[in-house]
Amino acid sequence: MTGPGPGEVAGTRAAAGDGGLGSARAAFSKSEMMIVAAARELAGQHVCFVGVGLPNIAVNLARLTVAPTLELVYESGAFGSKPARLPLSIGDPTIVTGATAVVSMFELFSFYLQGGLVDVGFLGAAQIDRFGNINSTVIGDYEHPKTRLPGSGGACEIAINARQVFVIMRQSKRSFVDRIDFRTSPGNLGGAEAADRIRREEGWLGSGPSVVVTDLGIYHFDETGEMRLDSIHPGATIEQIRDTIGWEPRVAEPLAVTPEPTLEELRLIREQLDPEGAYTK
Amino acid sequence: MSKVTSMRDAVAALVHDGDVVAIEGFTHLICFAAGHEIIRQRKRDLTLARLTPDLIYDQMVAAGTARKLVFSWLGNPGVGGLHAIRRRIENADPAPLELEEYSHFGMVGRYTAGASNLPFFPLRSYFETDLPNANPLIRPIKSPYGDETVYAVPPLRPDVTVVHAQRADAAGDTQMWGLLGCQKEAAFAAERLIVVVEELVDESVVRADPNRTVIPGLIVDAVVVEPFGAHPSYVQGAYDRDNDFYRDWDGIARDATTTQAWLEEWVYGVSGRAEYVDKLGTEKVAALRPSGEAPSGSVDYGVYK
Repeated sequence: MTGPGPGEVAGTRAAAGDGGLGSARAAFSKSEMMIVAAARELAGQHVCFVGVGLPNIAVNLARLTVAPTLELVYESGAFGSKPARLPLSIGDPTIVTGATAVVSMFELFSFYLQGGLVDVGFLGAAQIDRFGNINSTVIGDYEHPKTRLPGSGGACEIAINARQVFVIMRQSKRSFVDRIDFRTSPGNLGGAEAADRIRREEGWLGSGPSVVVTDLGIYHFDETGEMRLDSIHPGATIEQIRDTIGWEPRVAEPLAVTPEPTLEELRLIREQLDPEGAYTK
Repeated sequence: MSKVTSMRDAVAALVHDGDVVAIEGFTHLICFAAGHEIIRQRKRDLTLARLTPDLIYDQMVAAGTARKLVFSWLGNPGVGGLHAIRRRIENADPAPLELEEYSHFGMVGRYTAGASNLPFFPLRSYFETDLPNANPLIRPIKSPYGDETVYAVPPLRPDVTVVHAQRADAAGDTQMWGLLGCQKEAAFAAERLIVVVEELVDESVVRADPNRTVIPGLIVDAVVVEPFGAHPSYVQGAYDRDNDFYRDWDGIARDATTTQAWLEEWVYGVSGRAEYVDKLGTEKVAALRPSGEAPSGSVDYGVYK
C-alpha cells in the first residue's frame, strides 16, 4: 500500500489555492464539498432511499443536477417525493404533497425495499470500519453503553436489501475506527471474499457499500472489500486524512482531486436546500 | 352507536397500570394529547411501544409512567438524542429502563403478525449484525420450502393502541391521509383501540370515500375529538410539525429539572388539550397552518342499482 508522494500532496494544495477565493469561484465549506461530492456519486441512479440530514440534502441536490430522474423514497412511506423545502425530519409533510405515492411502512419495507426496487440506500453512522460495517446503536457495551445512539431504524434492512449503499459522514478518529462497538448494519464484514459468499448464501439483494463520502475525500471499496481513498477534496491533505482515521488508509495511485463545487451547486445548496445553513456551515 | 368520549374518560377506562401501550404515528399523527393525559392520570409501569419513541415517549418516560421501551429508532429526528430516556439508559437516572430493540421493518412486522394472528413475521434483515445478540427474540428460521434462512420477529399485540387521524364518524370509522406509518397494523394488533381525531364527521362523509378509511369502527373502543391533539407533531393538511419545539426540547430535556418544570407547566398544569392549545396562543397556532391548499381532487365511485 502506498500513499501519494509529496509532489501530489503539494499539487492538491495548489489546486485548493487556485479554487479557494478565485474571481470566478466562490469559497465553500467542507460540508458543502461533502454534499456536492455525494450528490455527484448519484449520477445514473434511479431509486434512492433517503435518510435525514446530510443524505437528504445530497440526494435532493442530485435530483436538481446530475440525476433529474431520481426517485426519492423516504422510509416514512413517501415515494417519488419532490420536497418544496428542506425537511427537518424524514416524516415532514412537504415530502407528501406532490409525491407519486404514499404507502404504509409495511408496503415500503416489504414491496419496495425487500422487493428489490431500491438502487441506493444512503446511510450515515456514528462509527464505520475499513470494510464499511456500520454502528449506529451504542458507543461502549450494549448493556451498559457510554453513549446510547438512535439504533437501526431502517438502516439494517437497507444495508442488506438496497442494491448498493452510500455512506456520508464526517471523518474523525472517533468515527473511523479499527473496531466498531456494535454492528448495526453489515458492510463487507471481514473482507470481500467472505462477504460475497455470505450475501449469496443468505440471499441478500444488496452488494454492500460502494462509496463513502467524507468532508475530506471520496472512498470506494477495492477488490478485498476495504475502503480506498480515490479522491481527495481540494484543501484537504493526506496528513488530515491519516489524522482522522483509525487505521492506515489505502490510497489510490494516482489520487484524484475532487472537482470543487460549481457556482450552480453552491447556489442550489445555499438558496434552496439549506438556506439556514443548518447542515452546511 | 356513538363511541365519542372525552380523553380523560377514554384513558381512565382503557389504559391500565402495567399495560403495553402503543401511541403510533411515524413523525405524522403522533397523539401527544393522549400521552399527556396518561401522564396526568399518573399511570405506572407501562411498556411503551413505538418505532420512534420521539418526544412523546421522552416526556412519558421523564414523567415516570414507563418501565420498558420497545422500539427501533431512538432519537429526536434531525435534532439529536432523547435526553430523558438516555439518562435512564446510560445512568439509570432516576431508575433503569428496560429495552427491547428491533429495526423499523422488524417493528412493522411485529404489528403485522399481531394484527394477522400469526406466531411470527419473517423478514430478510438482521443477517451478520449484533441485533439478534442484543435481542434474543430476533431469531433465524429455515424456510419450509428450501434451504433459505430468514429472521423471525414475534407478534406485538399492544393492550392499548392510540391512533390520531384527520377524521372519524361517531362509530369510529376513521379516515387519514399523508404518511400512514404503521397505524393500521398497530390498530388491528391492539386489544383496545382509542382513535383521536381532529374532526368528527357524519357517517355519510366516510361512505363517500371508502378507500380512505384506514380503520373500521368495528375495532374501535373510543373516539376522542381533540383538535390540535398531535402538536408538536402534525396533521397533514391541518397543521405543520412544530420543528421549533422539537429543537427547543433538546435544551429542555438535557436537564432533569427543566424537564420536570416543563411537564408541570404544559402537562400537569393544564386540564387537557383545549387548555394546552389556548396556552400555545392563536399566533403560534396560526403560524403552523399550511401556507396554502393542495386539494386531492376527487374520484367518481359511480352509482350501481
